[in-house]
Amino acid sequence: MSERCAVIGIGQTVAKSKREDVSIAGLVREAAVMALEDAGLSFADIDAVVVGKAPDMFEGVMMPELYLAAALGAVGKPMFRVHTAGSVGGSTAIVAAHLVASGIHQRVLTVAFEKQSDSDAMWALSVPQPFSSPLLAGAGGYFAPIIRAYMHRSGAPRDTGMKVAVKDRLHALKNPYAHLHLPDISLKMVEDSIMLWDPLHYLEACPSSDGAAAMIIGSEKAAAQATSDTGRPPAWIHGMAMRSEPTMFAGRDQVNPQAGRDCAADLYRQAGISDPRADFDMAEVYVPFSWYEPMWLENLGFCAEGDGWKLTEAGATSMIEGGDIPWNCSGGVLSSNPIGASGMLRFLETALQVRGMAGEHQVADARRALGQAYGGGSQFFAMWVVAADKP
Amino acid sequence: MTEPVTMMAATTRLDYVFTAGVAQSKNLHGLEEGKFIGQRCPKCKKVYTLSRGSCPVDGLPTDEIVELPNTGTVTTYCVVNVPFAGQSIEIPYICAQILLDGANLSFMGLIQEIPIDQIRMGLRVEAVWVEPDELGPTMASVKYFRPSGEPDAEFDSYKEYL
Ligand SMILES: [Zn+2]
Repeated sequence: MSERCAVIGIGQTVAKSKREDVSIAGLVREAAVMALEDAGLSFADIDAVVVGKAPDMFEGVMMPELYLAAALGAVGKPMFRVHTAGSVGGSTAIVAAHLVASGIHQRVLTVAFEKQSDSDAMWALSVPQPFSSPLLAGAGGYFAPIIRAYMHRSGAPRDTGMKVAVKDRLHALKNPYAHLHLPDISLKMVEDSIMLWDPLHYLEACPSSDGAAAMIIGSEKAAAQATSDTGRPPAWIHGMAMRSEPTMFAGRDQVNPQAGRDCAADLYRQAGISDPRADFDMAEVYVPFSWYEPMWLENLGFCAEGDGWKLTEAGATSMIEGGDIPWNCSGGVLSSNPIGASGMLRFLETALQVRGMAGEHQVADARRALGQAYGGGSQFFAMWVVAADKP
Repeated sequence: MTEPVTMMAATTRLDYVFTAGVAQSKNLHGLEEGKFIGQRCPKCKKVYTLSRGSCPVDGLPTDEIVELPNTGTVTTYCVVNVPFAGQSIEIPYICAQILLDGANLSFMGLIQEIPIDQIRMGLRVEAVWVEPDELGPTMASVKYFRPSGEPDAEFDSYKEYL
């Protein structure tokens, strides 16, 4: 990276199954205004806007960034749209940060959203096409066979996924912005929920949410100004990486994708991470289906391949159990899934943590955190490292 | 006073023409004849099923056509028990990744004629086609796959194709 850059403002809507009181424009503006207030700025101070969301087919609004320009104060300013399926919120934040790191802009607003109540994602992911069988039944139908392959390869016990499902919902109880608040959540409750895509129970899958996330990425100068205006510290960006791989090629390892491993290696090199489990104080990682926690623990190098489930089983990723590397303290994607925003929420939550502003789900003295998002058929990866200290 | 209208639901429809292109046309015409067509990469020699005409690893056209057999192996699977709009199969059903013999890429297929609790990784299966006069240029020409009766495949034989 050339210029130092930091997250200086954060905004997110409360995730809900239906926001009937606002349109998409109202939803994104709510998050954007919150982020501006946090940074002590107004729309006039923003140099450029970067917008991300999952496929346009979900809500059926094509190129919604054009219609959202006015609501996001982007009229007459550079505006960018990012497309990387479910990882898009993460990629969008990275594109925004590149515009500052490159020295082009001082303050960039980045926003990601999904209004699932305006859409039918299950349908959009299962459209009949002549070259495939109409079997998919949404994202769960795509990922469940990969999860089964992971279970077979690693020898993980069947309850590891259920344990993640409980842990992330217990974390969500500490986050007022989370969609699902299930105070009675238990292993039995997960086990008793309907088996939607065997081996995945209903409660091992993410909900369908309306929500938006926004951040202001600022230069070193903009960060100093924001701190002096608001008294709130920035979250410094220490590294950012994106990788992708084809969805179909002979010998592709979808359980532990190479693009994810390469992305992490690049990120860790930039941020000087040698032992992720020891070097990070917490992580927010895209886990839309419970078993993706142990799978990504391995993919991100927190343990050896085949050992991810052992960390989960030991409570290493649980705030409640006092684990050494808490994952998804916000409740994660399992507790809120406004798809396009879900990746940005991971990145945003890491910034909240290192700024010490995460409230009840704050990890004590969190200094350095990892944000990760993946998307599509596990072919897009976006990651960043933020810290309390300047790089 | 009546409540103000703040939202309305309007359903829409969209018809579209699908242009298959050169490579997929070969696959779709194969299905029309009740055959699976594969395409081999000239460099890595891998055989792609339902190929899009190039090898994603080598970036080369997969010009060599390979006719594939009716039999294959279930590499992994899930049991779908979720209803969704436009669904045409009764739930619960088995959705499996099937690796045809001689192919290097699996694809998703429906498994029937086996009790759901007996489905397993490594199961050997064969395609059941629709009646000859119902064959068309679509995967719908394959009704489903069913157990072929052969012994299960060893994990090592398909572990790269999960
Ligand atoms: Zn090749």
